[in-house]
This record gives sequence, structure tokens and C-alpha cells, in this order.
Amino acid sequence: MPDAPGLELIRGAIEQDNPGAVLDTGFEHGCASLAIDPEQLLAVLGWLRDAPGQGYRFLSSLHAADYLPAEPRFAVHYELLNRDRVERLRVKALLADPAAAVAERTDSAAVGVEAGGPAGGAVAPFSTPPTPRQPQRDGDEGQLLPEIDSCVELFPTAEFQEREAFDFFGIVFRGHPDLRRILLPDDYVGWPQRRDFPVGGEPVTFTYNERNYG
Amino acid sequence: MAEAAGIKASMAGASSAGGVGSGGPRTEAQPPPAGPPEPTTGPVAESTEVMTVNIGPHHPATHGVLRLVVDLEGEVVRDLKPVIGYVHTGIEKSCEDKSYWKVIPFVERMDYVSYFFQMEAFCGAVERLIELEIPPRAKYLRTIFLELNRIHSHLVWLGTTALDLGAISMLWYCFRERERILDLFEMAAGQRMHTRYFQVGGVIEDIPRGFEQKLRSFVEDMPVRVGQYQALLDRNEVFLSRTKGTGIVSRERLLELGVTGPLLRAAGEPWDLRKAFDYLAYPEMDFKIPVGTVGDNYDRYRVRVAEMVESTRIIEQALDALPEGPFIAEDRKYVLPPRSELSTSMESLIHHFKLVTEGYRVGPGELYYAIESPRGELGCFVLADGSAKPSRVHFRDPSFVNLQAFRDMSVGSYIADMICSLGMLDPILGGVDR
Repeated sequence: MPDAPGLELIRGAIEQDNPGAVLDTGFEHGCASLAIDPEQLLAVLGWLRDAPGQGYRFLSSLHAADYLPAEPRFAVHYELLNRDRVERLRVKALLADPAAAVAERTDSAAVGVEAGGPAGGAVAPFSTPPTPRQPQRDGDEGQLLPEIDSCVELFPTAEFQEREAFDFFGIVFRGHPDLRRILLPDDYVGWPQRRDFPVGGEPVTFTYNERNYG
Repeated sequence: MAEAAGIKASMAGASSAGGVGSGGPRTEAQPPPAGPPEPTTGPVAESTEVMTVNIGPHHPATHGVLRLVVDLEGEVVRDLKPVIGYVHTGIEKSCEDKSYWKVIPFVERMDYVSYFFQMEAFCGAVERLIELEIPPRAKYLRTIFLELNRIHSHLVWLGTTALDLGAISMLWYCFRERERILDLFEMAAGQRMHTRYFQVGGVIEDIPRGFEQKLRSFVEDMPVRVGQYQALLDRNEVFLSRTKGTGIVSRERLLELGVTGPLLRAAGEPWDLRKAFDYLAYPEMDFKIPVGTVGDNYDRYRVRVAEMVESTRIIEQALDALPEGPFIAEDRKYVLPPRSELSTSMESLIHHFKLVTEGYRVGPGELYYAIESPRGELGCFVLADGSAKPSRVHFRDPSFVNLQAFRDMSVGSYIADMICSLGMLDPILGGVDR
């Protein structure tokens, strides 16, 4: 891992070319992390990969996380690895939820519906069967999704992992060659790994329970 | 098409010969394997129609519920798309609803062949988050069980992959040894699979009396057995012509695709997290990293087989150096008190009650911890929000990432070689889909 001063050096070097790219640095449990502005993601990742003396050429893992009460809410984590120096560095791109921002502007009462999306928030598992099951993308049914640039060009390994982050968090990766759901069915509605998506909130398509116990 | 007919004939030979011991001492005299055919440059075949064939999800050669949409031109694979998600069970989401110690049996069930590795990735991540040091005996015991599990996983791989290539008896031999490993797991943990043996802080119980002798006799036998497997396969004509020179992907491309583990090492890259990072008792162990030269399917086979022998060496050393002392940390805030204390100590009873009902809280923080699983880098990302349940548990599963290299391994080769490449890729679909 780069130590805390090393991390500040990296931050300084990035700031030279891309002012404002690094929002914060963190050093906890022996892990170094850079929180960056998502708009400058590709510049930062490209610099860390190619700049002399950096050489974070291996993307170990890409995953998303939802820090729900916090704002900005989402983050995409890039676990970079320098295999020569055996150093790991986490780059965190923080993403705000555009749906929440819209809801706040229009009507505070609508927050619960808008932010959670059609399947999130207060969903009643058995009461309403899912009527139109359509593949949902950004803009569909009025839900706005957070967007970030895809890093598949820089790290081809990100292809499946970005699809996974899209599948479970509804984060749209701009420029991804084939952004579809990967583990869930194509007609699934909702982003199940978001923190406001209830466990067991999957509407069951059998009508027996509803008829007899609903 | 003439070549294709030849391949068919050799496949027929594979099934009739039973695949084992059918070769003579012909290994060295064999001509170098012909590369994949290139019908586009040769004489134009009568029909160049591309046919899309769906393989799986319920096909025995896909090693699980993997679906492959393959574009075929004759018998040559022109394009390929893996379709996954058939055994997605939402384990990562379910983990968010469980207290930390209840997550362990969940994550074990992702990659159901290398369950100890999942446990270690998760427990190790949580231990680093709460900065809990595990006692030396626990480190050694974990190392022993991880390496046993690595042998077990490679045995399952070897048996099933050889089965795909027609060597049926390999499956029985491999599963015979696997049975001995499962017996050892049962002896120590009470379960043959999904043992829930690793706990945050150490292991749940010390190894029982008689375990060491049994393990030692296994460790003595295993290199001999591996030699027997090699004697069966290394001179098997069908196995050799099916594996040599097929499924080659360059080392640079593998690294771009994020491939790790035996696949990467077979291409000549000596990258192993057990050597690179400091975890458990690996820094004290003396072992080698087997690497290949060409990166074809044969190298993948050789690397994994050599890894089994290295694993037995690690187990042997860990047994010799197994330190005395506690097998789980003494910190009562995170570790259950011994059962005997409950009837005498009020404090132990309180700790026990707290741990079993609410569980322990983990301060806010996030951590990515990666270990070398039989398939490559197995990473666990844990996000803690200060409560007794993790806010997110994510596994970077090596099968999931390695599967992206499958297209590169197969395009331009025969469909029979594709099946071989898939076996050598060794994906576990439970881990891919989670």
C-alpha cells in the first residue's frame, strides 16, 4: 500500500494535471483510498495506470456500494493493484442520486416513491402483481440513474463487473459496449442491492397466496 | 471438413479407449499439435453458413448452469457469449440482513467447491476491520484447511475435466482422494462440506485426537497419487492432442482481462497472492509457484497438478510447526466464551447472550481483503456502518472474472476444444452467480 505521505504525493501529482479531481484521501486499516470526482474518473485511472512511477496496471475488483443516509449516496470502487511493488490503491468515485435531487426540487412528499424507484421504497410484496415488465434503462418510467464513464477501454476486465454494478445498483456506465443486466433476468425491475430495496420485496407471480391469504 | 471428420474420429476413439493408459511411450515422438484450422484462408468450403448453437444451461460439460451461445462455422467457433445468472441467489443482499457471524455460512455457499476460501476472505476482512489479531495456532490451522481445500478443489476439477475428455476412470480416482479430504473435514468440523469452521477470531474448535495421524497419512499418499494421475494422463494420446496447443491466450491479454490464479500462472506469470501478500502462515512456508510456458490447456493442467503437490508440502510444514496455544482469540467482545464458563461466570453469560442475540458491532469502515483461492484472486469487500450487520458484502469471485477470458480461449478453435478450454478454465457457477 502507498503510505499516508505517498498518498498525498499521488494526490498532488493528480491535482497538477486535473485540478479538483481528488476530493479526499483516506488511510484506514492499512488501506489507502482516493475519493475522486466522477467526471474526471478516466483521467485519474489513466494516470495511475500509465504515468511513470505509478503503474497500477491491474484492476483487481470493481464494485459499487450504497452509503444510503450519506450524500453523495453511491460510490463505485476501483481496487487497483501495482503488481511490481505489490501495492493496492482504492479509487472511489462518489455519485449522487439524481432521482433524489429531482424529487427534492419538485415535491418533498414524492421522495419515497422517486428515490426508491418503482420496486424500491414502500413496496407491498403481494398486493400488486407486476403489470408491465419491461427492461428498464435510464429515463424509463421517469427514474433518473446515476451515470459514470465506463473504464472498459482502460481495463477490459471491468466489462462484467460494470454490468454487475449496473444490474444491482442501477449505475449507468457511459460507453460500456454491452450494458445489460448480467445476473438478474433481463425483465427484472428495480435495483436490488440498493439499501432502500427491501429484502424479500420480490413480488411473487403465483396468485394462490394472494387469492387465499391476500 | 476433412479435418473436422478427423476430430470426430479421435473423439470416438476417446470414448472407446476409456481414455486411460491407452497411449504408449509416444509422448516425445508426437508431432507438434496442429494449430486451430483457419477455413477463411484455405479453400472455400461448400457451405460457410454460420450457425448459432445454444449450449446449456443444463449440459453436463458446462460444469454447472452456464449457458453458452456459440456461433459455429462448421465445427469452428466463430463467436461465443456466456450467459450467466441461472443460480443467482442474492447471497450478497441476504448478507446485509444478517449479523456478522451469521454471514459466514452464507458466503460459504457461493463457490461450493472452495468454501474454506470464502470463509477466510470474509473472516479475514472482518478481523482487519475490527483489528483483531488471531492466535498463531489458528493461523496454522487455517492454512492447513485452506490447502486441503485447494487439493480438494483441484481434484474435483481434474476428475470432471478428464471426464469431459473421455477419461472416465480419472473421476473415480480423484473422488476417492477427495473422499479422504472430506473425511478429514468431517472429523474436524462435523460437516463434510460447508463446514463453518473458520470464525472471526480463529477456528471454532481445535482439531480432534487422531486427526494429525490421519492427515499425515493423507499427505504422504497424496504426492504418490498425483504421480499416478500424471502417469494416466501424460501419455494419453487423446488427452494430449486435445490439450496441447489449444486455448492459448497471451499473458498480456490475460492480465488485461483480470485473469488470476492457475490460468495466469500457466501463461508464465508467477503471480500468487500467497507469496505477494502477508496473510496467515504463508510467509513461514517454503513452497514453489508452478508456472507454465505456453499457456495452453496442457500447461493449465500441469500447473494445477503441480499445485496439489506444493499444497501437500505446505500442509506438512504447517503440521510440523503447528504451535500450541488457543485456537481462537480471547477477545470476549467478538468471540464466544467457552461453553464450560457459562455455568460459572456471569460475565461470560452476558457476553454469550450479547453475541448470540445482537452480535458484535463493527465500527464504520470499509475494507477489501484478497486471498489466493484455487481459481485466483478471491476478494471480499466489507462495508461496515457501525451496526451489527454489514452494510455491504461483495465478493470478487475469480470464476466470474476469469470467465471473460473464455471467448479469447475459444474463438477460432474447434467446438470440442472449447469444451476442453471450459473445463480448464474451471468456473464454479455458484461463485459466478452468487
